[in-house]
Amino acid sequence: MHVSFGGIHALTGVDLTVRRGEVMGLIGPNGAGKTTLVNVLTGFQAPTKGRVLLDDQPLTGKKARDVARAGVARSFQAARLFRDMTVQENLVVAALGAGLPRRAAEARAQEILAWIGCTAIAELTCDGLSYGDERRISIARALAMGPSFALLDEPASGMNEAECAALMEVISDLPARFDCGVLLIEHNMTVIMGVCQRIHVLDGGRSLAEGTPQEVQADPAVRRAYLGEKADQAALAI
Amino acid sequence: MRNFLQVMVDAIALGSLLALVALAIGLVFGVMRLINFAQGDYITLGAYALVVPAASLTPTLLLGALPVPLMVVGVLLVVVMMALATERMAFRPLRDSDPATLLISSFAVSYFLQHLIMLVHTGRPKSIGIGQALTTPIEVLGLRVPGIQMVTMGVTAALLIALVLFLKRTPMGIQMRAAAENFQMARLLGVPANRVIAMAFVISGVLGGTVSLLLIVQTGTLDIRMGLMPVIFAFFATVIGGMGSLVGAALGGFLVGVASVLLQSYLPDGLRPFRDAFVFGLVIVILLVRPKGLIVTGAARERV
Repeated sequence: MHVSFGGIHALTGVDLTVRRGEVMGLIGPNGAGKTTLVNVLTGFQAPTKGRVLLDDQPLTGKKARDVARAGVARSFQAARLFRDMTVQENLVVAALGAGLPRRAAEARAQEILAWIGCTAIAELTCDGLSYGDERRISIARALAMGPSFALLDEPASGMNEAECAALMEVISDLPARFDCGVLLIEHNMTVIMGVCQRIHVLDGGRSLAEGTPQEVQADPAVRRAYLGEKADQAALAI
Repeated sequence: MRNFLQVMVDAIALGSLLALVALAIGLVFGVMRLINFAQGDYITLGAYALVVPAASLTPTLLLGALPVPLMVVGVLLVVVMMALATERMAFRPLRDSDPATLLISSFAVSYFLQHLIMLVHTGRPKSIGIGQALTTPIEVLGLRVPGIQMVTMGVTAALLIALVLFLKRTPMGIQMRAAAENFQMARLLGVPANRVIAMAFVISGVLGGTVSLLLIVQTGTLDIRMGLMPVIFAFFATVIGGMGSLVGAALGGFLVGVASVLLQSYLPDGLRPFRDAFVFGLVIVILLVRPKGLIVTGAARERV
């Protein structure tokens, strides 16, 4: 996979496979190309070169909404909920969009809300939700589409410790519950190390390493570029 | 007191009519950021569908000659078809354009429809007598209320309730609310954009056709510009109600209607010709106090 803007190479030769049933972490310093990669995977941006495949079906160059309908759901950094609608209705919109009839859509919304422990707020308008709830509901809404792959873009950002713990439980359960694969972008290393079976590391638009959390943590290149020395130097520079 | 109540009945009846037009404008604006000034010409078109095209000032009835239920269905059908045709031909190709382009194209559609009607029916105002029995006043609690005003209020209430039920209970309605708030996000969640927008136009056609009939019974006059004042007033109604909010649009419609009748009745004689200036002044005052309109929607907040 290659993506260039003008003369700048945002992604060079990145190759990434997420399997059904696993949570894969995508990490890398700011500017490493994580968001560009997710944009390409979800059809927000076309790769300059390369392909996106879902099972064997090509998704390259499809519009974002068609990618979503094909079964790749995405939660955004900003929650972007429908604020004038209730929590339940937000999920129903997604389930209807996936082609379910109304009753089934409502049943799926209720089921997901019960699972993430949000039944109590189902009838509230999204306008008044707390930040943590807002983020959880935006993930729940992506799941209401019944995706075969879920891309979660920094779901834990801004969450406190208790909210993070609850979120980790939800993410860990995702693959089994929805028979889907999860690609998780996250800066919070506790979350990444806690829920991912494999981790893919990007740096400067290139793949730096891929492996289990242990392997990645032990990888000297990763330590140098991301976890270790560089960060220390950056800290010193400040 | 009795006089005041009598004026209030007039005011609420006009407010109902404007609320219907404002809802149509607000609904379409919600899903595609189009302020559709052609809404007024849908109204004109529905009214002209009642008569046979002819130069005569008292033309023979066409749809107007049918039994009432058939006539109502016929007029609604004509207006809905026209609303859908303009959506398909004029507005859909411009879906991704900015609101200014859409607005200009709605002026073009409006002029086109006006001149189409002029071509077919000639431009002279005509008189038409439909539902005249409804214009005779009925005694209600000591007030003399023309039947048509009761019908207008009743029909408006029924349509408001039906619209609320549609938006809250049906899959299409729920998807329409989502699209109105964040069109891009709704599309990403699989909301069928074409169908939702077409549906908004169908509803705007039903509302437009209803207003055609109510207006014609009230005034008994066909004029190619008969939709102009309602649409301008309704546009102000949606603005003060808060663009994008349907509750706001309905509320704004009632407010503008009530204000205009009250001013008409209570302004000193010398100032009455300037009634509309006062109504528009009121709009400016409301916008100074609440720049986003009376009801602020999630869509409007998002842009802050």
